[in-house]
Amino acid sequence: MAEVHDLPGDAVGVEISLEEVEVALLLSLAAQMADFIAPQPLESDDPLVALVGIDPSAQMSDDPALQRLLPDAYADDPDASAQFRRFTERDLREAKVRNALAVAEQLSGSPSVVMVTGAAIAPWLGFLNDTRLTLATRLELSEDNHDELADLPESDPRAGLFQVYDWLTFLQESIVQRLLS
Amino acid sequence: MSVAPAEVERPQVVEETDRPWITLVWNDPVNLMSYVTYVFMEYFHYDRAKAELLMLDVHEKGRAVVSNGTRDDMERDVTAMHGYGLWATMQEDS
Repeated sequence: MAEVHDLPGDAVGVEISLEEVEVALLLSLAAQMADFIAPQPLESDDPLVALVGIDPSAQMSDDPALQRLLPDAYADDPDASAQFRRFTERDLREAKVRNALAVAEQLSGSPSVVMVTGAAIAPWLGFLNDTRLTLATRLELSEDNHDELADLPESDPRAGLFQVYDWLTFLQESIVQRLLS
Repeated sequence: MSVAPAEVERPQVVEETDRPWITLVWNDPVNLMSYVTYVFMEYFHYDRAKAELLMLDVHEKGRAVVSNGTRDDMERDVTAMHGYGLWATMQEDS
């Protein structure tokens, strides 16, 4: 089971010990998340569009997980939200993809210990959180059904997904607790 | 003629009019209380006490106003919260 420790001295960050199967799981999740969040190629030939990252086709996804990862910005103004999305969603998607790829990069070669410090902290926390949000959406996790999902029989296809979700929660919580202390 | 300080009429500064937009963070069943606190400290540079109070508001009241400012400021904050995976929206302060 993964363990999270402080870095020696006053360095900000953590050291995560991982079993081989845990590294493989994180690598698989990182690749899937990068694929899932990556923006579509721009259809416009306009170099200015590509340069500033405006995506005229960006709109709220039908997928509830993407709706949660890329929510509307304006609480009460759909038009402003749509406009804002065209200007920002592509960058946000790319930032999330970079997080997943940065984690994958650190895990290449299947190290048993990973140092998460400095510029590596934000990608790890972002990736773990985005992955948990995505799995929770697939599991239809709510405030009330955590115990119910935890007690699913092995035969239920959601049981494995929930175990992964629970493990990622443990990992993220362990990292954040170390960073806060 | 008086040695008393001159009564200078100062313009009424109403700060609120300069900061008419707010960013809200909403509760969800996934985000960890510790992580929400961490994000508020990390991004807004709030001290731990303030970050935890805001986190508890999110958790218990369903939402909290985490920042206010110009529309541009709030667009930046909302985007940053989405980057961290928190569910945030902005609106004009009423």
